[in-house]
Amino acid sequence: MIYEGKKKIWADYQKEIPEDHYFYVRSCIRQSFFPASEATFLDITRNKLGKDIFETKHHTTCGGIAYHSDAIPQETSMTIIARQFALMKKYGYENYVCSCITSFGLYCETLETWREYPELQQKIADNLWKSCRLEFAKPKFLVHASDLIFKYRMQIAAKSKFKLVNQKTGEPLRVVEHIGCHYSKMFPSKGVGGAEYPYVLVGMIEAWGGQIIDYPERRHCCGFGFRQYLIKGNRGYSVSNTHKKFESMEPYKPDMIITNCPGCPYFLDRWQYVIAETQGKTYGENGHGIPVFTYEEVAGLVMGYDPWDLGLQTHQVSVEPLLDKMGIPYDPAKKYLGRNGKDLGQPGKPHCLK
Amino acid sequence: MKNNILVIGGGPAGLEASANLKRLGYNVILIEKDKQLGGHLAKWDRLFPDGVSARQTLNALLEEVSGVNCFTETQLQSINVLDKSYNAILSNGITVLADAVLLASGFDLFKAEKKEEYGYGIYEGVITNADLEEAFREKKLPSKQPQAIGFVHCVGSRDEKAGNPACSKVCCATAVKQACEVKEVYPDADVYCFYMDLRMFGRHYEDLYLKAQKEFGIRFIRGRVSEVAETADGRLQVKAEDTLSSKPLRVSLDMLVLMAGMRPSESGKTVGRQLNLTTEEDGFFSSADNLLEIQRSKLPGFFYAGACTGAKTLPDTLHEARSAAIEIDRYIKEKFSEK
Repeated sequence: MIYEGKKKIWADYQKEIPEDHYFYVRSCIRQSFFPASEATFLDITRNKLGKDIFETKHHTTCGGIAYHSDAIPQETSMTIIARQFALMKKYGYENYVCSCITSFGLYCETLETWREYPELQQKIADNLWKSCRLEFAKPKFLVHASDLIFKYRMQIAAKSKFKLVNQKTGEPLRVVEHIGCHYSKMFPSKGVGGAEYPYVLVGMIEAWGGQIIDYPERRHCCGFGFRQYLIKGNRGYSVSNTHKKFESMEPYKPDMIITNCPGCPYFLDRWQYVIAETQGKTYGENGHGIPVFTYEEVAGLVMGYDPWDLGLQTHQVSVEPLLDKMGIPYDPAKKYLGRNGKDLGQPGKPHCLK
Repeated sequence: MKNNILVIGGGPAGLEASANLKRLGYNVILIEKDKQLGGHLAKWDRLFPDGVSARQTLNALLEEVSGVNCFTETQLQSINVLDKSYNAILSNGITVLADAVLLASGFDLFKAEKKEEYGYGIYEGVITNADLEEAFREKKLPSKQPQAIGFVHCVGSRDEKAGNPACSKVCCATAVKQACEVKEVYPDADVYCFYMDLRMFGRHYEDLYLKAQKEFGIRFIRGRVSEVAETADGRLQVKAEDTLSSKPLRVSLDMLVLMAGMRPSESGKTVGRQLNLTTEEDGFFSSADNLLEIQRSKLPGFFYAGACTGAKTLPDTLHEARSAAIEIDRYIKEKFSEK
């Protein structure tokens, strides 16, 4: 591996990310699977770093899952997106940041389609006016929330209480990074670092003290792949893709995985349970799995958030071995307590996966 | 008084044209931007289809240009079109009043790092066709016996995404030649060629292809490589599709050779901008007519030879150079006998 070669490619894929003043839209999937990640993003950016990140309850889904499942036509998803952009303008913003990779890919696709087919853009603008009485607008800058955390990575590092370092050995933690396919594989120029050697998560890990692992199936899909999972009969494809990735990364003994997509952390996390139950195979140390995180969760850990406030108890793969490595204190008794100390109940224990 | 002919580019086309123009009695001024004459030929080791020495071939071309005014490390600073001639100022300070100009600026190799998925400049074992020729020439091939070696055809050629839908014409034959050559050095290695179509169109090229299969056991896989990654033991994991068996394929290699194709040369583009020379969609210069006036540009007295008008093999390039010399001779006789 020639690191300088990678740096050369990264230099070619620099993306302009404004420092401040964003209209924020949430992700349908992440609000269900990792709600604390979005809350952490808002807390870090607004309260810890003092940025202006605006959100409104009036925004909706982007329609991405329905679009990619062929449940709605492209013009419908474009009109939904036009409404989101119109809300941004209505509230006085021109920078748009979205939490979801599926949305980000669809926004890129939509803006590119409008650029290429102005008559279609006009039709969508007409649809928007007829249906919502909103004025058509396009963002000046479109970024993904991970782009923003990448942008703020050094500010986060400056406020960090913990590093991605094994406290016992002093060695950097070995981190697998996995970007969502729709982040830059469709439009490499829209992602920090491009598609083949993306830098967006690598930059965070390097800034926070970790070491990135380059393993052969690094580019491979997490296993979600929309139809691979959404159609029940195809779910074998989904888990076999995930299995392929874990088999490939296993020799490198990763301590953790960081992702920037709604589907990736979910499938990389949950399928480890399925693989363990069906194959009896685990990929972490001593019968544990490899913990999988969103980038907000990793930023939160580095900044000293309570692991249970970050929602890490909702993960299938237990995160305690990683917390111990980083030297992060946690109270096991509070793991399954909800807001105001409400007992959420304990999940059932898998047979193989600790 | 002899007419001055300025030849821009000291590769095979420029050398061969200069030699022929000199024989026809012209005063030839040849300029070359590099330190040495020979262009890409000077960097190659052996040539397809017979494996003759590139150095010997170049020496034969160089012998023929004795008596030609050759200026190396010299570029065209500026050029003006006069009534019947060209006023060229060279970077070495010399001004040439030329009655005809021949552009033989050749090609640049496609920058293989642009095909990021192949990992050139990222993984140690990924090299280009030019790197392999240099290794043969300098006798710097790895001494450790590789288990497996792959060749990827059409790197930056026939690839709209890379901005070049055209075939580079020489890569198939070069890949087959180099595959045989590495097999001679490493007889126990498995050697794979990943190709789209094998365009072995020239005389003896097909023989070379059959020899590669029969004598050397080269495995030809019809399909493009999709991505390259590094394994834990430092080998290369290559993914491709075998389109003949309709199966995806994954193979571990020790060396992957990318057959970088031909792109219009940057030095040629600089000259083109000065004279507003027209190019075609592929970026190479457009001839006055693609059948009958291939060597002529749309400017009177300005001619082309070799790969500046598109990818060409060495024999094609040499033919064009001779043809350009005849065209220039015809032009000079027509133009300057009017008086």
